[in-house]
Amino acid sequence: MVKWTDSERSTIQSIFSKIDKDVVGPAAISRCLIVYPWTQRYFGSFGNLYNAAAITSNPKVAAHGKVIVEALEKAVQNMDNIKAAYAELSVLHSEKLQVDPGNFKLLADCLTIVIAAQLGNDFTPDVQATFQKFMNVVVSSLEKQYY
Amino acid sequence: MTMSLSVKNKDTVRAFWAKLSPKAADIGADALCRMLVVYPQTKTYFSHWKDLSPGSAPVMMHGAVIMQGVTDAVAKIDNLTDGLDQLSQLHAFTLRVDPANFKVLSHNLMVVMANQFPKDFSPEVHVAMDKFLALVALALSEKYR
Repeated sequence: MVKWTDSERSTIQSIFSKIDKDVVGPAAISRCLIVYPWTQRYFGSFGNLYNAAAITSNPKVAAHGKVIVEALEKAVQNMDNIKAAYAELSVLHSEKLQVDPGNFKLLADCLTIVIAAQLGNDFTPDVQATFQKFMNVVVSSLEKQYY
Repeated sequence: MTMSLSVKNKDTVRAFWAKLSPKAADIGADALCRMLVVYPQTKTYFSHWKDLSPGSAPVMMHGAVIMQGVTDAVAKIDNLTDGLDQLSQLHAFTLRVDPANFKVLSHNLMVVMANQFPKDFSPEVHVAMDKFLALVALALSEKYR
């Protein structure tokens, strides 16, 4: 069981209340597809991913970014048992989407960088540490059902 | 990952580095501080410091030292392996830092870059910097075994 202090809970709530979700999700997934282009293998149906400009303006990429942030919000609402909350998502990524779990860390790193850019001085080292802990739990929960 | 830098990557890294140069020492200190706080296992390399807290003298000083090294690497971007030979020997034989930690520091350097230069640290700059720092790490690992 993951233990959260009151301070960590409020930090996570605060991050998600401060970020512009419509910007952060699309920015993070675009960055992932640009910085780690092999991740494009999972988005064959998304159309033009030919270069950074195409990726950034691709509406399917943007829509998917929002889906990802909505899923993260579900984790925020279920912080005491993200593993259970993500069980179906984990099965989906393993059996249907067949995503190499190594990619979850790449997306998490891109999210961190996008949020660092958005929050400025509010993204202190302690806030970063709490966010990293949260993303570690999210990634671990997504990997849980792989076999 | 030994993906080499294109001409465009090198130009992008040099241009962004010129922009951040005035704040280089601060960036180094902030990145080091974040690494120690967010990845506490890295503190094991600094047991000889009295104070590892954010803003402490050893962290500030060492952050500046690290950035001098990376600034030097930018200047030697066309041949990192030869250019960083001495630093590689230092890391391999004296410091014996597990090379996995180079990735951790690189990530934190980029977090600070995004944090302090949100408009400039575009996806194109991000990918060029990620490649560059990975190659610096590789050059630093050259002499390990």
